[in-house]
This record gives sequence, structure tokens and C-alpha cells, in this order.
Amino acid sequence: MGCAKIENKLIAYLELRAAPADRRAVEQHLAECAACRARAAEFRALWGALDELPMISPSPSFDAAVRARIAAEPARRGLWAWMMPSPRLAFAVTLLVTLAVWVSSRPPVARPAAQPGSEAEFRMINDLPVLENYDVLASFEALSALPSKPGTAEAQPNM
Amino acid sequence: MLDVKAGDELSFELLLRKYRTPLVNFLYRMVRDTAAAEDLAQEVFLRVYRARKDYAPTAKFTTWMFRIATNLALNSVRDNRYRQMEISVDQPSETAEGEQPALEVPDRKPGVEQQLIARDRAALIRRAIHALPEKQRAAVLLHKYHGLDYDEIARILQCSESALKSLLFRAYETLRVALEPLLQSEKA
Repeated sequence: MGCAKIENKLIAYLELRAAPADRRAVEQHLAECAACRARAAEFRALWGALDELPMISPSPSFDAAVRARIAAEPARRGLWAWMMPSPRLAFAVTLLVTLAVWVSSRPPVARPAAQPGSEAEFRMINDLPVLENYDVLASFEALSALPSKPGTAEAQPNM
Repeated sequence: MLDVKAGDELSFELLLRKYRTPLVNFLYRMVRDTAAAEDLAQEVFLRVYRARKDYAPTAKFTTWMFRIATNLALNSVRDNRYRQMEISVDQPSETAEGEQPALEVPDRKPGVEQQLIARDRAALIRRAIHALPEKQRAAVLLHKYHGLDYDEIARILQCSESALKSLLFRAYETLRVALEPLLQSEKA
């Protein structure tokens, strides 16, 4: 087995985790290859050196911070809870329905009758611009069809 | 976790106590920022709490938890990288790109000096790990510092075991080269 093939097995071999067949293959290769033997020795030294890295401790407030973040989480609601209306919504809906029933059950309030002349006056005021426009009135065919008053010039019979 | 799922708040407290330190350390080594690491670790616990009702024990709890943590860390690292790219366009750094401080490995002496050396060595290791591509970094951290099995790490990183072994080999090879002066000093 060549150096390249041994690479992926070397770590497991050094950790004593290699399968028996792989272990034998690596041992055989290391016996023949001085470069891989040196590399294996350096890996062992490297792992020893990596152990020198000190551990750090979480700050004293760490646990409290986790608890605070959990406490700030909104409560998770199940499907049943989701389907159930909230008390506020239920109260609001009940109030609205009661109000609607009460309003519809009241006798109708008598409205004051409209004054007779007010509507006609309103129409006249609305038509004032038309009446004031002489051109419109002069060419208004409907007016010419009206019977003329006795005593006016148009009404006099031809002599 | 199944007790937490059943609504046992005390079990969640136990989970918090058991995993806060490994989580904060994993995230700190991923993002290299204590405040950000704590914030992300809190987010992991929050997500675990939120998902407790839907938790299905198809995988180990640690696999599930570290998967959440890894995803959060990778997103944070990527977001931060874009932010730093924006800053570097506006404010070019004083040191030349890629310039590394000279590696000095002093002789071992006891006392304060020994502590300083240990601190320097730790800083070198931290820098070398941080220089790894994100996925390789996550693989090394989960493998070396959290003792997860290959299949667990492969699940977390969503790759095959074979791909993971290759990833780990490349990562350790990069670290071996980067930390060679440190390893040489140990030999001497």
C-alpha cells in the first residue's frame, strides 16, 4: 500500500481505532516507509502539543443569561390551544353580539316628517343657474310649445 | 434529554451544567471571541429548549447539540469574515497580508517565565487551529477536544466517514507543518 492510501487510515491507526486489516496494512507500510514513520511520530507529538490548549470557563452570568433567554420565549401553543379563542377575543365577540341584539330589539324611533316646501325649494335653488342662463331658455323648444298668454304680442291674431 | 422532552425543567438545568463548558470552549475555538462564543452557546441551549418537544433520539444528544453549535459557528464565522472584508477595504491593515510574527520558542524555565512560554505556545496553537478552513477546524475540535467518534463527526459535518478521515488528515497535516517549530523544540 502506498503513502497516499495510508493517509486516511493513519489517524485511526494512531488512535488505536483502526480495523484489524487496516492496522496490519499501516504497520506494514510504516515498516517500509521512513517518511510516513516520521510523519506518524510527528502526529503523536502534535496531539500532545494540542493538549496544551487551556480550557476557558463560561462567565458566571452564563446560566442566568440562558434562563433569561428561555423565559423571554413566547409560550408555545398546541393546535387545540390555537383553535380555542383567547379570553379577550371571546369577551369582545360576546359584547358585540349582545350590543347587536339589544340595538335590533329596540322599537324604531319615529323620525320627524320632512317639511313640505323644503324639497321644492331645494330643487329650485338647484335649477337657478339654468334659469339665469338666457341662451338656454331662448333656444329651449319646450318653452315655445307652451300656449301663449292672451294679450301678448305673439298671441295677437294677424290683422 | 428525554426527561427534558417530558417537561422536566431540572433535567434541562443538568444539561446546561454538563455541556456549557464544552460548548463554550468549542465555540470559542471556532470563532475566537469569548463574548460571541457565549452568545452562540446560549443560542444553542435556547434551540435545544425550543426543539425539546420534537426531539427524537435517533442520534446521540451530543451529536445533535454539536450539530446545532457547528452550524451556528460556521454561520457566525462566515458573517464575520464578510464584515472584516468590508472593514479591510475601508481601513487597510498596517501589516502586510499574510505576514506572521516570527515564531520564537524560548527555553523552558520554571516559574513565571514558564507560564509565559505556556501562554505563547497556547497562542500559537490557537492561531494555527484558527487558520484552518472552517470545516477542518470544526472536525479537529470535535475529534481532538471533544472525543467524538468518526460517525458522529461525519453526521455533524454532513459528510461520509471516508471524507471525514481525509478532512482530518489534511487538517492535522496542516497543523503539523504550522506547529513544526513547536514540535522541534519538544524534541530538543
